[in-house]
Amino acid sequence: MATSGIADRGSTERSSDTKIWNNPTVRGVFWQIVLIVVVLGSGAYLASNAFDNLARQHIASGFGFLNREAGFDISEKLVPYDPSDTYRDAFIVGLLNTFEVAGLGVVLATILGTLIGVARLSPNWLVSKLAQCYVELWRNLPLLLQLFFWYAIMHVAAPGPRDAWNPLPDVFVSNRGLMFPMPVADPSHKLIWIAFFVGIAATIGLDWWGRKRQEATGTPFPILGAGAALIIGLPVIVFLATGAHLTLDKPVMQGFNFSGGSSFSPELTALLIGLVVYTASYIAEIVRSGILAVSHGQTEAAGALGLQRGKVLRLIVLPQALRVIIPPMTSQYLNLTKNSTLAVAIGFPDLVFVAQTQINQTGQAIEGIGIIMATYLAISLSISLLMNIYNARIALKGR
Amino acid sequence: MATATTMLPAPGANGAKRFGLWARANLFNSVGNGIITVLFGGLALWVLWGVFKWGVLDAVFVAPNMRACQAAGTGACWAFVAEKWRFILFGRFPYEEQWRAALVTILLFGMTGASFVPKLWRRETAYAWVAVLVICGVLMWGGVLGLAPVESDLWSGLPLTLILSLLSMIFGFVLAVFLALGRRSNLPVVRLVCTVFIEVMRGVPLITVLFMASLMLPLFLPPGFSVSKVLRALIAITMFLAAYQAEDIRAGLMALPKGQFEAADALGLSYWRKTKSIILPQAITIVIPPLVGNLIGNFKNTSLVSIISLLDLMSTTQIALIDPNWRGLTSEAYIFLGSIYFVACFAMSRYSQWLEVLLNKGKRR
Repeated sequence: MATSGIADRGSTERSSDTKIWNNPTVRGVFWQIVLIVVVLGSGAYLASNAFDNLARQHIASGFGFLNREAGFDISEKLVPYDPSDTYRDAFIVGLLNTFEVAGLGVVLATILGTLIGVARLSPNWLVSKLAQCYVELWRNLPLLLQLFFWYAIMHVAAPGPRDAWNPLPDVFVSNRGLMFPMPVADPSHKLIWIAFFVGIAATIGLDWWGRKRQEATGTPFPILGAGAALIIGLPVIVFLATGAHLTLDKPVMQGFNFSGGSSFSPELTALLIGLVVYTASYIAEIVRSGILAVSHGQTEAAGALGLQRGKVLRLIVLPQALRVIIPPMTSQYLNLTKNSTLAVAIGFPDLVFVAQTQINQTGQAIEGIGIIMATYLAISLSISLLMNIYNARIALKGR
Repeated sequence: MATATTMLPAPGANGAKRFGLWARANLFNSVGNGIITVLFGGLALWVLWGVFKWGVLDAVFVAPNMRACQAAGTGACWAFVAEKWRFILFGRFPYEEQWRAALVTILLFGMTGASFVPKLWRRETAYAWVAVLVICGVLMWGGVLGLAPVESDLWSGLPLTLILSLLSMIFGFVLAVFLALGRRSNLPVVRLVCTVFIEVMRGVPLITVLFMASLMLPLFLPPGFSVSKVLRALIAITMFLAAYQAEDIRAGLMALPKGQFEAADALGLSYWRKTKSIILPQAITIVIPPLVGNLIGNFKNTSLVSIISLLDLMSTTQIALIDPNWRGLTSEAYIFLGSIYFVACFAMSRYSQWLEVLLNKGKRR
């Protein structure tokens, strides 16, 4: 008892020395309470202002407008839409357009960027310098300027449909946009798609079996060749077996414009070219640094083990390069998606364009901007969640 | 050429022979490479020749309007730029007063250039910045010292682009430091607020933040209280940049050895003292290259304010193009504008590469 009394006295003495506001825990709690009060207080203040302002300007609030008639047309749509449809439908059309641009852009930018990144490492001095010029040129110009430039090319410099540029057979570029042939849908195509997916499933199964066998017997299974044969071969066999039904709907000059085929509007073409050219310059640098990041010793060691060149690339270099490449590549894909909002500057009806029209018509800026932000946040956060899972999986296991 | 020097023949060989050997090693070392060289070389020459012919040989440098231009030559019509450069650079700033905008541009460029010299990274430069910003404010707004007042809505062109990108850089950096520290803080509420801010800003496109500032901010302010368009855009760009820079600085904080934190604690330094004298100087030095990268991006991004109808370089160019006397000269206008952006961005990216080498000198063994 006595000892505890002394200890108590000691501690009270010390606490009387240290003032309560010098206690780190107390200070921490205090500042956090201050922060909460400031954040919530300013939030409440701004919200009350907003309510007053909206009431004074007779602007409705809430998402009720989504069910009302939009009353404006959208020039490009992947699903049927007309002005008598609701704002909700308009937003869906805009969102699908955003996805269309982002999806096509990501694929094309990856192809172009990889080509240029590899060219940048070419032993041929001229090729590597040209690739470098490409990267330096497009990286150092604002994307918006590039979009305006491509848009001007499509609108001012491109010829009318009659003298359209013809870069590839049956592909035309004119001031009406880009026209290209499209296969006509045929009942047999459904079977081809099925064969394609069966091929993929079979490849996955075969890969699993091949790995097991290699673990057990040491004999590797040529999964790359077998997989390619299954994924490409099966649909081709089905295509031939069902009677090779393939007719191309080609764009043909008729009157003052093209008819038939498929087409991208000048806006979409300019936006796609701009996004792809710009993003490819970033992807090229990522690919280059990824390949350079694999140390030369790895290639040499693989060679010393007697692996063939192709196997060195596939088993040693690529897996290590991809570890470096994929995270920044994903953020470039996200950037491309976010940059596609610049479509609004050249009049391509993406999500932001629809939201802007809605804001102009209803005056409900908070809801409109809220929808865009929520959509992009959802895309960004879900991609970064996937990235974190992926990074955790591929992280080098430390010893 | 670095590879060429390693493959040089014996000294005394003449230039042509040296070039021949170099070309053999780097351009024609195999049949395939030879074909590629000829193909790409031909293509490059053809494009260069086309651009040269259009831009110089067939170009028209003096003409009263577009029709005269087209009559005089088939190439570029630089007379447009000669006529409009002043509008593109200074826009709607009152014509008589444009020397002020020009002076601001020169001052800001000069200060930025000076700040790039590592020897000048000292307290005095910061004071000089404050002085220059005050002078620029006086020159832009006017209303004192006998200068005619100019509404900020009339600020345009290059000075506006510079003001937006430099001020967002300065304020954004300060905000970013606090955000980064907050996200690394051990106070959960502080961490949460900073993390949410950073992730939201990084998750949405800049254009939505700009829309927020231009369309939503007026709704959130009490009636009769208004913020100028320029300031609204500045707030948006600053917040956006700060989120990205905060992540850079956080990477620097995480890269710092734990011993530095512990040693500072062992010395009994307070949190702010420790942060200011020990942690931040080291953490920020590590991440200077990505920070400069962000600044380049930010400079390019300021062009987006043209979408919320601010008169930056991008929109003054667009307005210059509307002139019926000069319709359709988009290539000339965009090449002029592009060269301004390109020179600035290219210089900054070269600088950041140089800086990276400089900063890593001490670490190399």
